[in-house]
Amino acid sequence: MEIHRFEKIWTVASILLLIGFIASIVYGAVGPGVAMVDEEGGTVDVETVRQGNYDQLSNFGEPTPVAQQVSGDEYRANIVAQRFAFNPGTSQPLQVPADSTVTLYLTSPDVLHGFELVGTNVNTMVIPGQVTKVTVEFEDPGTYNIVCAEYCGSAHHLMEGTVEVLPQSEFEEVSS
Amino acid sequence: MATAESTETAGPADTADTGSDQDYFEEFPVSARLVRLNFLVAFVALGIGGLFGMLQALHRTDTLRILSSPDYYTLLTGHGVLLALVFTTFFIAGLFTWGVSDSLGRELPGDWISWSWWTMMTVGTVMATVAILGGLIDQIPMQADVLFTFYVPLKAHPVFYVGVVLLLVGSWVAGFDWFRTFWAWRKDNRGERIPLRTFMVLITMLMWYLSTMGVAVEVLIFVLPWSLGIFEQIDPLLTRSLFWFFGHPVVYFWLMPAYLVWYTILPKLSGGRLFSDGLARIVFVLFLLLSTPVGFHHQYIDPGIAEGFKFVAMTNTMFLLLPSFLTAFTVVASMEHGARQRGGSGYLSWLRSLPWDRPAFTACALAGLLFAAGGFSGMVNAGMNLNYVVHNTLWVPGHFHLTVGTAAALTFMGISYWLLPQLTGKKLRGRALAIIQPYLWFLGMTVLSNAMHRGGLMGLPRRTAEPEWNLVEGDFASGVGALSEVQLQIAVGGVLLFTGVVLFLLVMLLTWTGRQAPSIGVDRTIPPALSGPENSPRILDNYRLWFGIAVVLVVIAYGIPLGDMVADGLLNPGSPPISP
Repeated sequence: MEIHRFEKIWTVASILLLIGFIASIVYGAVGPGVAMVDEEGGTVDVETVRQGNYDQLSNFGEPTPVAQQVSGDEYRANIVAQRFAFNPGTSQPLQVPADSTVTLYLTSPDVLHGFELVGTNVNTMVIPGQVTKVTVEFEDPGTYNIVCAEYCGSAHHLMEGTVEVLPQSEFEEVSS
Repeated sequence: MATAESTETAGPADTADTGSDQDYFEEFPVSARLVRLNFLVAFVALGIGGLFGMLQALHRTDTLRILSSPDYYTLLTGHGVLLALVFTTFFIAGLFTWGVSDSLGRELPGDWISWSWWTMMTVGTVMATVAILGGLIDQIPMQADVLFTFYVPLKAHPVFYVGVVLLLVGSWVAGFDWFRTFWAWRKDNRGERIPLRTFMVLITMLMWYLSTMGVAVEVLIFVLPWSLGIFEQIDPLLTRSLFWFFGHPVVYFWLMPAYLVWYTILPKLSGGRLFSDGLARIVFVLFLLLSTPVGFHHQYIDPGIAEGFKFVAMTNTMFLLLPSFLTAFTVVASMEHGARQRGGSGYLSWLRSLPWDRPAFTACALAGLLFAAGGFSGMVNAGMNLNYVVHNTLWVPGHFHLTVGTAAALTFMGISYWLLPQLTGKKLRGRALAIIQPYLWFLGMTVLSNAMHRGGLMGLPRRTAEPEWNLVEGDFASGVGALSEVQLQIAVGGVLLFTGVVLFLLVMLLTWTGRQAPSIGVDRTIPPALSGPENSPRILDNYRLWFGIAVVLVVIAYGIPLGDMVADGLLNPGSPPISP
């Protein structure tokens, strides 16, 4: 089959570009360490979450507005996304300390939701029956807005909240 | 066969040589009627879906509000279903019916099977539309405010799901109609290469059969019984994964017909002919192989799916860009060839020699140009860890309004200016409007889509009825580059695009209701490619082989992760239905 010289050059350049894209993504994963949300959070019984019987679950716990210390600067926070509020997040902000690594565990007792921290790359799906586990590094103190980024029903546009990143001293006050 | 550079006469035409000067509708009255009926439904859907789109753009930017915010989601569902599923499927069914009959020189059988698929698709469309409109009209005791992705456990009225199934099954039967027309041709033409347009139709439909298995299993086995109360619960992740098994290939179901137009008709409209027939075939085979095992790239940030499978989907997705890159080359080269036939010269000044006053040409060329931009934003979406930044933001609809909303939709509208006279025997009327329309669409979409992309980067979510200023404003409070400027552009873009739809429909209506003319002013012959099929390996036409490989690739990409999802029970972890 006859392929024009320019077309050969174009094809080779295209393939190199694609390989370059894949390489840049691989670099993002192994260099800066951007990991993908995966199946590590495990599954949960939807009805148990709806009834709030968190003590019956091994991979999800009681949602609290203040992140719980795991060790050193590592914390964890459980968040329930339920039509049309985040708990914590909406009626009370989720509070985390600055310069910390916080693992968020999210689940939903009703429909799909999104959890997007506006202006950051923290953005994940929340799916009933699944626990989303995502690790976030919070550096400077400040406030981030949470948007539900997946349509969840007639009042979806009202589902929002905030995350407060507190200076260490302030965080110690609220957590004690 | 010599590849004559300078004449337009050498080689067999892709159109069967019937030796007659008949127009298409005279030579193939049955097929022409089928095409017209399909286009009719497509155009009605385009009008309603386009109107909904403009109302949404005005509502979500807080420019003009005539409905409540909960009703916004009814419009959004209607916009997605009527444009992305109904307009596209019916237009494609019409285009493919024309392509098969014209390139094989054979009528479609036109028996009860031919009419049954159109009837099934139309009844399904009416059912789904009525269920959706129930969200606006109190007298209809239904709702389907579940958007066109209908993620469970949000539940629509079962009539909506039955309608979707009928549309889908109708499209399968349509594919059978084209296949049997081809088999009949094959009996009389043993050993001949499949004419290019028919080859493209068959490959597209094989891709369609493979990928619609996902949504067919989702709806027939899980969602429909669950919506009828036969099952009490449903697995949201499993059904969502089955949806995306279909949800990305459907993108190629929209694009491949546009490619058919760009490969086979656009070069002729430019004044020349296709550069390489063989390369066009390779491109379509690549689409068949790679379109389906990529669905997880819509689920990069879903829990419950291992990172490795997401990586496999990403690699396939990136290589799926290759056929589009090849297309970009061939289409531009064919246009340049045409321009030079028309006396164009120079490195870039040949562009001036293209027929920019012919609406069918302009629409296809501008659609291709915007598709290039859409392709690049798609590469960002495809980047696994970049996806965190754009997922479910306004960036994503910004992207696909360039692909399905322009590459497919503008091409379909543009080629209608060329096809409708052939289908009806009537001269194109409202030509001045038709000439402006593609430019208007280009302008409207440039404004809308650019603003949507930027809004997404600011953090504006998609699929929301409210502007969400207070949440996103931050660094973008005022001035150029402010959120308000982005929102204004979305509103303006929406109005321009709906105006484009109105102009298009007006031209169609004027033409369709006009009188038949002795000469329709359209030359239907399609000249042969510069490098014809005789220069490409015959194995390209072995569609059974390519289909087999495509199945194997799907099993590799989906076997284990779908197996994992059903290992804990088909309906577990399960959710009961919830009304939107």
